[in-house]
Amino acid sequence: MISNYYFLNVIRFVLLVLVQVLIFNRLNFFGFINPMVYILFLYWYPIKENRAAFIGLSFLLGFAIDFFSDTMALHAASTVTIAYIRPAIMRFVFGVNFEFQSFKLSNSTQVQQITFLTLLILVHHLVFFTLEIFSLANFLLVLKKVLATGTATLILCLLFGSLFSVRKD
Amino acid sequence: MQQIINFIIRYKNFLLYLFLMIVSLGFTIQSHSYHQSRFFNSSNWITGNILETSNGVTTYFGLDRENQKLMEENQRLRTLLFNNDRGDTITLDSVQQTYTVATGKVIKNSFAHPRNYITIDKGARDGIKPDMGVITSKGILGIVENTSNNFATVQSILNEKSNINAKIKNTDHFGSLIWDMKRFDVVQLVDIPRLVPLTIGDTIVTGGMSSIFPEGIPIGTIRKFDLNTSKSFYSIDVSLFNDMTNIKNVYIVNNNYREEILELENQTLADDK
Repeated sequence: MISNYYFLNVIRFVLLVLVQVLIFNRLNFFGFINPMVYILFLYWYPIKENRAAFIGLSFLLGFAIDFFSDTMALHAASTVTIAYIRPAIMRFVFGVNFEFQSFKLSNSTQVQQITFLTLLILVHHLVFFTLEIFSLANFLLVLKKVLATGTATLILCLLFGSLFSVRKD
Repeated sequence: MQQIINFIIRYKNFLLYLFLMIVSLGFTIQSHSYHQSRFFNSSNWITGNILETSNGVTTYFGLDRENQKLMEENQRLRTLLFNNDRGDTITLDSVQQTYTVATGKVIKNSFAHPRNYITIDKGARDGIKPDMGVITSKGILGIVENTSNNFATVQSILNEKSNINAKIKNTDHFGSLIWDMKRFDVVQLVDIPRLVPLTIGDTIVTGGMSSIFPEGIPIGTIRKFDLNTSKSFYSIDVSLFNDMTNIKNVYIVNNNYREEILELENQTLADDK
């Protein structure tokens, strides 16, 4: 059971990296929108796992994508950030329920799941594009990119999420 | 001591986060001011091979269009050749040529970021070295930034760090070609003095001031021009000839005298001090 769990996460990791760099990095919808579906890894990752390992894994995930897209460590920085604040976001979205041992993502309501995903994407994209553009003079450009790319990411993540949803057991 | 250890154990997640964040910020900020990192780029063995495999699959879909482009270019070159009677094979001696050209294929293209890099399937083993110029049949593309054995990354002209010497065709007024990160089909030419007569539609080509590109490689046409804030120089929007979203075959240009030129320039600077 435990090894199965690890196996699933490793497969997810590799597949999400490949899907991201081979398909979504080349999408260039409207010339600049490249959705970042690999955030789903952090959305799906088990909640009651070792937090340090989770942060480390997220860093590796971001860095793997940086390698392919020549973006230095932008993906790594933003992914590590959402990995670190994920518990805070969860406490905000799911309230006290989150503290219980029996809490499962699939048991929460649809609205809560979407809010959770949206907040992850929003923070991730804000960090990413702020670091990427790296100037306050272009703050509107940052906002435009965050909103446009964020919307695309959200839609695609929801589609992927419903396609490969974790079975209710 | 006990307290320090307790503190570390208690905040280990935060410290780990801080550490990883500083590492990534370090990489990122370093790349803002210096060159792209030598090791963490897509020209390395693993990423290069994965991208090449993927490119091997998708490349078939554009063959028709690519053939058409190459035919057009051949036609242009043939016309040049027939109207330029050289007759003498001595001029084709590779030892005497200033520029040598190699071919390559794009395996990764990007144009949606402020700093775009293109990966090509030729590397150090094919004689590609950093700071060689990369062009297509239509115009300029970028400068080689890093190489591995089999792959190379190219700093695209759509990169905020890009700075290329360019001039207005048939004149000797030159300026710098930069990019304002806004549109992938428009770049900016700055530092052209205001006394230069300009017309919309004028052609912009590479200037002879750099030791990277030969003089006269096409770049684009003037889309619009304004005086800058100090009112003494133009800032010109240039529409690129190249469709930066659709690039397959590229040429890598090597200036055989580049090292000599650089050496001489450095020597002159050193003597000055």
